[in-house]
Amino acid sequence: MTLAFLTAWAGAVPGYMTPLLLASIGLILCERAGVLNLGIEGIMAGAAMAGAVAALAGLQPARALAAGTGAGLLVSVPFIIAVVVFRAPMIPAGLALVAIGLGASGALGRAAAHKNFAGLGNVGFPEALTGLPLVGRMLFAQDAVVYLALIVAGRASFVLFRTRAGLQLRAVGEDPATADASGVDVQLHQLAACIVGCALIGLAGAYLSVVGSRTWTEGMVAGRGWIALALVVFAQWSPLRAIAGAAVFASADALIPRLQTLGVDVPVYLLSMLPYVLTIGVLVLFAALGWHRQGEPGHLGRAYIRQDR
Amino acid sequence: MSRAAPVAETRPVPRALESAVAREEGIALHLRGLCKSFGTARVLEDVDFSVRAGEIHALLGENGAGKSTLMNILGGIYAADSGGVEIAGRAVSINAPAQALSLGIGMVHQHFRLAGPFTARENVALAAGALPELRGRGRLEARLSEAMARTGLEVPLDRPVERLSVADRQRIEILKALSLGARILILDEPTAVLTDEEAGRLLALMRKLAEDGHAIVFITHKLREVIAAGDRVSVLRRGRMVLEGRPVAGIDAETLARAMMGEEAVARTDPGPAAPRREPGEVLLSAEALSVAADAGQGGVHAVSLSLSAGEIAGIAGVGGNGQQELAEALVGLRPMSAGRLVLKGRELSSAPVGARRDLGLRYIPSDRARFALALNAPLSHNIAAGEVRTGALGRALLSPGRLRALAARLIAAFDIAGATAGGARPVRLLSGGNAQKAVLARELDDAARLIIAHSPTRGLDVAACRHVHDRLLEAAGRGAAVLIISEDIEEIMALSDTIHVMSRGRLTSPQGPRPDRAAIGRLMLGHA
Repeated sequence: MTLAFLTAWAGAVPGYMTPLLLASIGLILCERAGVLNLGIEGIMAGAAMAGAVAALAGLQPARALAAGTGAGLLVSVPFIIAVVVFRAPMIPAGLALVAIGLGASGALGRAAAHKNFAGLGNVGFPEALTGLPLVGRMLFAQDAVVYLALIVAGRASFVLFRTRAGLQLRAVGEDPATADASGVDVQLHQLAACIVGCALIGLAGAYLSVVGSRTWTEGMVAGRGWIALALVVFAQWSPLRAIAGAAVFASADALIPRLQTLGVDVPVYLLSMLPYVLTIGVLVLFAALGWHRQGEPGHLGRAYIRQDR
Repeated sequence: MSRAAPVAETRPVPRALESAVAREEGIALHLRGLCKSFGTARVLEDVDFSVRAGEIHALLGENGAGKSTLMNILGGIYAADSGGVEIAGRAVSINAPAQALSLGIGMVHQHFRLAGPFTARENVALAAGALPELRGRGRLEARLSEAMARTGLEVPLDRPVERLSVADRQRIEILKALSLGARILILDEPTAVLTDEEAGRLLALMRKLAEDGHAIVFITHKLREVIAAGDRVSVLRRGRMVLEGRPVAGIDAETLARAMMGEEAVARTDPGPAAPRREPGEVLLSAEALSVAADAGQGGVHAVSLSLSAGEIAGIAGVGGNGQQELAEALVGLRPMSAGRLVLKGRELSSAPVGARRDLGLRYIPSDRARFALALNAPLSHNIAAGEVRTGALGRALLSPGRLRALAARLIAAFDIAGATAGGARPVRLLSGGNAQKAVLARELDDAARLIIAHSPTRGLDVAACRHVHDRLLEAAGRGAAVLIISEDIEEIMALSDTIHVMSRGRLTSPQGPRPDRAAIGRLMLGHA
């Protein structure tokens, strides 16, 4: 393990971390309002495809990201309407969204598959900074979305825990009957949370293609949505803790190609399992320690209907 | 209104609109002809009710009388079908909880409306979001500390509410209502969750708030608290206001109990000349010093001894919430006993599971049939078969649909269950209350039933259904089963029972003499004897 290896590894972590972090924050917003969004994988798939198509059509990377974000939101619309407006059961609605997102992106993106395009470049920090050993690349040789994601985490945390709107949002997810009796419009808050949340999830998906791989292939989200779902538990529904969680998972992710180049003789399929094994391991550990319920919204995943007798 | 506390000034009530009459009489809240139905069930019928500023107005009623519905209408949770609400002489419509808050109506629900992981401060801020004039941290904070100073209530403001005691949570609810400028405070069975000492303190606080000019509505079903704390009293029975705004000073517990529980109970069953006496057989059930530990909000059972013989009907009278539920559940095996012995048919069963007790012939008719006796969405035939299926008579590993249907058809006919299809395929939720209860009886009163525990078996039923239930219970006793009836309805207990007990604060007492009169039972119920 040389310093060069570590520097390169650390430098790769933020790129893996950013989509996980954005997706987790999006989920946290939905879930803090009580909406369990299992459709995340589908939203990310749709956004990744749309972002790539937009970039191939010649849009600037920032606009391609915006297009992907919008597509992610568009894919989520049926889910949001079903779950928030008509209070449909969230689990089947979410799973249906996965199928819709994966299917639609596969069908619509066929012409865009395996074509490379210029992605988003790094923010131009001076050489003196990017050249620092160990942390130089990690902190300074990154694209703008990496920094944006950290700012989003901070803002989300501030809104959730320091503002009246955040208090109301959390109350809706925690105890909608109490929120309702306190004059908080349950559906309106869930709607707002879902729109912002699904847009962030869309941005995460678009990042994968527009910034990450700079090409689109079917199935490229590869379970990152599911990992984000586990990350939310790991982060105990706090956007700031999600930064740490995403960093841990991203470190495992970023290690895989590097181990291969080092010539470690482990089958690539076993290596690719690493993030998912880590996911299960973390969930088991948290359940065993009894931490998995900390921060969990009390009414997560259940519809609230007022005049219910 | 001259005594109004400073909070009133900031509440935007256009004074000019208040009717002069209301201001003179100080009527804070007036309901006229309020009606509300859920589906086909009429929950409130033409309810009139008025509360003056400065008084404690007790609202009395049994469970299911419509008190909570009335409260939810005032809180903007339910919309009334018809009728009007006036606040300080001004007609208002309350379409949303935020509106109720801004009209100065404060609620202290039985199940607190507090988000558990949030602190008291956060919970107050949550509700304050409905009131534009309270936006901004400082103003709310000032209101909260003013309310604390005024009431002398001290609660930890910065700890999650779920870690606080029930009494503290209730204080937070009261402080919340006052901070939001409530002039009308409605408390739904506030003493049910408190110890006697805490209840005493709460009643004193209510008096103080009334003296400050608040209108206090005190919902309860404890007669002694009405007499101790109320200025006026109204009684709600089966959705109707049977007694409206009578001064407490000129009324006795007997009259209140009569109004609350109903006179027609006397006519409901014909007790006959001195009630049919059956020859008591062998002792089937004996409980010795049975105790159940108290838990949150429930008082528990203290050293209850009881013995029941074949063919005997024993009645336990008492105001609800005095340990009846805990006792019934302990007898059935749904709740652990903390001390004592329970012997059923000569076998010690103190810690036996429900199944073992049922195998010996124990049957249970719970007070809340929708939650504990019936699977509402399952077909009637399945609900009826749920007991029989244990015996293997309907098939062992594989159930026989034919035998299931045949059983259902036989019992539907035998128990006269209306609204059911022949094979009982329709879900139970489509049955009316009386027919749903017949379905419970059809399951529980089978031939193997030896000891029947019936808790409020006629609650919410009409006269004909009541009669049916009573006939079936008498029939079961005639066949040699022992029946224990737990009820808030004195008339029902008196009409059916061979022996009468009274439950009060978790203890069982028995009135003197072979045929005790109502007054004696009533005194025991109030804990005055």
